[in-house]
Amino acid sequence: MSEINQDRELLERIRAGDISACDDCVRIHSHGIYRLALRLMRDPADAEDVVQETFLSAFKGIDRFDGRSGLSTWLYRIAFNAAMMRLRRRRPEFVPVDRADEQEEDLPIPEAMVDWCLLPEQELVRSEAREEMERAIGELPPKLRAVFVMRELEELSTEETAQALGLSEQAVKTRLHRARLLLRERLSSYFAAGASTNR
Amino acid sequence: MSHEGCSHLLAGLSDFLDGEASAELCAEIQKHMADCNKCRVVINTLRKTVELYHQLPQPAFPDDARERLHKTLELSGYLK
Repeated sequence: MSEINQDRELLERIRAGDISACDDCVRIHSHGIYRLALRLMRDPADAEDVVQETFLSAFKGIDRFDGRSGLSTWLYRIAFNAAMMRLRRRRPEFVPVDRADEQEEDLPIPEAMVDWCLLPEQELVRSEAREEMERAIGELPPKLRAVFVMRELEELSTEETAQALGLSEQAVKTRLHRARLLLRERLSSYFAAGASTNR
Repeated sequence: MSHEGCSHLLAGLSDFLDGEASAELCAEIQKHMADCNKCRVVINTLRKTVELYHQLPQPAFPDDARERLHKTLELSGYLK
């Protein structure tokens, strides 16, 4: 069954009060929602709270879902909004993801020029390197982090990410590019330091 | 990548890596890469950065958290 048909069938069953459909929805979508929440909140307990809030809000408001986006995109949107509310409460000075002006910000200029692609593959994928990669995501500005996680890690399309975040597709592409450049810089410093230590 | 001739290509690098750049931009970047070692390094490491992130293990929703979620949804009448 295609994802669209699966969504449609699941939606009809949830609306009809079929409890096993809610169970199926949780089973299918909870991992992705948790991963997004974890990377936005950077705390497993907070991420769990976001997941709970997401499914409660979704089931409560299922009649408001208009089906213009996929069910998973809608759930990501609810999770994202729930996470942003919590981050705002945690840090009142927090800049909302949808307010910054893309045009006002220059792209980060690449500075690190070490070709670490030449390092052995086992060096690039060892657990310390992966921990550094996770830390680097966590330290991206939230507006870039949300786009990067949805596009690159959850593999939503540009259109789905734009729908989930309430952004234009061009803004999604610009933010993804900016996030990639920042992460490249960060990994370049990390792998360059490792390469010189191992020499 | 701060020298002349490189900076204006910067905005198009993700489109280039994602196969979404125009034929003209692809040709321009490929021609530039042949002559510019710095840009070659930036593009190769940017491509590798994306590749490594795609290989990152994806954390699963923990079983104990799933049980707590089920309890919450049961209490709210969405599950039994």
